[in-house]
Amino acid sequence: MSREDYEIVIGLEVHSELSTKTKIFCSCPTEFGGEPNTHCCPVCMAMPGTLPVLNEKVVEYAIKAGLATNCEIASISKNDRKNYFYPDLPKAYQISQYDMPLCEHGYVEIEVGGEKKKIGLTRIHIEEDAGKLNHDDYGRGSLVDLNRAGVPLIEIVSEPDLRSSEEVDLYLKKLKSILEYIEVSDCKMQEGSLRADVNVSVRKKGQKEFGTRTEMKNMNSFKSIVRAIDYEAERQIEVLEDGGKIDQETLRWDDVSGKTFPMRDKEDAQDYRYFPDPDLVAIKISEEMKENIRKSLPEMPESRKERYINEYKLPEYDSNILISSKYFSDLFEGATKVCNNAKAVSNWIMTDITKELNEKELEPSDIPFTADELGNLVILIDKGTISSSIAKKVLDEMFKEPRDPQKIIEEKGWVQISDEGAIKEIVLKIIEANPQSVADFKAGKDKAVGFLVGQAMKETKGKANPQMLNKMFLEELNK
Amino acid sequence: MVVSKEEILHIAKLADLNIQENEIDEYAKNLQDILNFVDVLNNVDTDNVEETMGVISNSNVFRKDEIKEFGNRDILLQNAPEQEEGMFKIPKVI
Repeated sequence: MSREDYEIVIGLEVHSELSTKTKIFCSCPTEFGGEPNTHCCPVCMAMPGTLPVLNEKVVEYAIKAGLATNCEIASISKNDRKNYFYPDLPKAYQISQYDMPLCEHGYVEIEVGGEKKKIGLTRIHIEEDAGKLNHDDYGRGSLVDLNRAGVPLIEIVSEPDLRSSEEVDLYLKKLKSILEYIEVSDCKMQEGSLRADVNVSVRKKGQKEFGTRTEMKNMNSFKSIVRAIDYEAERQIEVLEDGGKIDQETLRWDDVSGKTFPMRDKEDAQDYRYFPDPDLVAIKISEEMKENIRKSLPEMPESRKERYINEYKLPEYDSNILISSKYFSDLFEGATKVCNNAKAVSNWIMTDITKELNEKELEPSDIPFTADELGNLVILIDKGTISSSIAKKVLDEMFKEPRDPQKIIEEKGWVQISDEGAIKEIVLKIIEANPQSVADFKAGKDKAVGFLVGQAMKETKGKANPQMLNKMFLEELNK
Repeated sequence: MVVSKEEILHIAKLADLNIQENEIDEYAKNLQDILNFVDVLNNVDTDNVEETMGVISNSNVFRKDEIKEFGNRDILLQNAPEQEEGMFKIPKVI
């Protein structure tokens, strides 16, 4: 038997922090960071006698997420306690949802190798985040910061419908993009506002029953998730091929060594003793409430894509990249409105802006300048005020210190030289300095013009208008 | 339903309680009494009673999403046995 005889089965539990202003059960701010324990109050610190009150926005956002992922919305729902001891969980229970989640039976569509595939969603429920443990380097103890305790989360549980790490990557990107579009989460990976528990098992192709699964918890990078799945599937296949069996256990993925390690001892099989939280009352969702939330949903990526292809005549490939992130898509639409040159804006986003983000390991949400500013940059190129090579330098500047491109080129003296007299002066100077190229041209080597234009661009630090240079060199050389 | 020794030990572990071997029988008996008592409730005829989700019958008690800062970390930390850098200091956890 070989690797090809096995099928990988993956299910995900994705936790996403909701972008409400306040926590789920108290009025403390959810803002990331801040001095330790300054976004806290007696409720989220679990002081005796305090009572939780549910934030209405949390319910609304979770329903929004459910509607955007084709879920059925419960008409009645409740909160339950999940009991376990850990120092980042001050109540010794997490308020979550057990048997009556807000949303169930949804799906997300991904495109694998040109074919559409539906990934089923078992459920979406609301719950509270835990605090953060800081480990003292000197090994004398741990320090508990409860700023994050009580920040609202939705947990999105998928069916075991995913069959490869590639599908998982596509699914996660799609989910992230949906949550961004409906503006319920900012999905900042580096701040941990999107994390996943990954369940992996393998089985022989054609086999009906699932294999025993292992779980990797709290992963917050898509790249690590892909690597971890590939490693773990390979490991399980090896164990089975050697006649062994897989233990159902929780593993820790180590990014440095690229391996998984068992996390808890297996005797501690989890037993959370869920029960309804008596401090909270039932959540009833009326048809009217559901409809109002449905009406508030923004235009979704698929519909935007259609529009980009039909209205702006963009290729499907370009449209797919633009809709992959709400931030790209909004930037594109905003800038195009300003400059009326969809193709140019799209190219800037797909090439230079993407390159800059990759180099600096930033996400589209981190783009510091506005759509208007990008639109104005395109206008400056279209009017011939700056060349496209100068435009790249302006873009660099916009990333460093966002301001209007017009201001940047004035400050830096980057306005393109389009004055005929000035261009002619440069052309004559370059011709005089490069007799060999002139001779080459006369001998029939047309390419020599390109070299001369290049020299002229160098001389003017990229400020000369290249089309005018080209034209004038030809005129002069053919005299 | 009979409470076994293993169950007592399991529950004790989940509740982070340290119980002695000679206490197990007593706890088993006490828990058994509670279960028997609850069992009485299981025999109540509830055929015409609407299902409830808790003892409180109202629903949709919500809060507006508006920030109110508590703004006094010292009070929140005042009962901590140990603190450092504005945080609770606890025995090291890995």
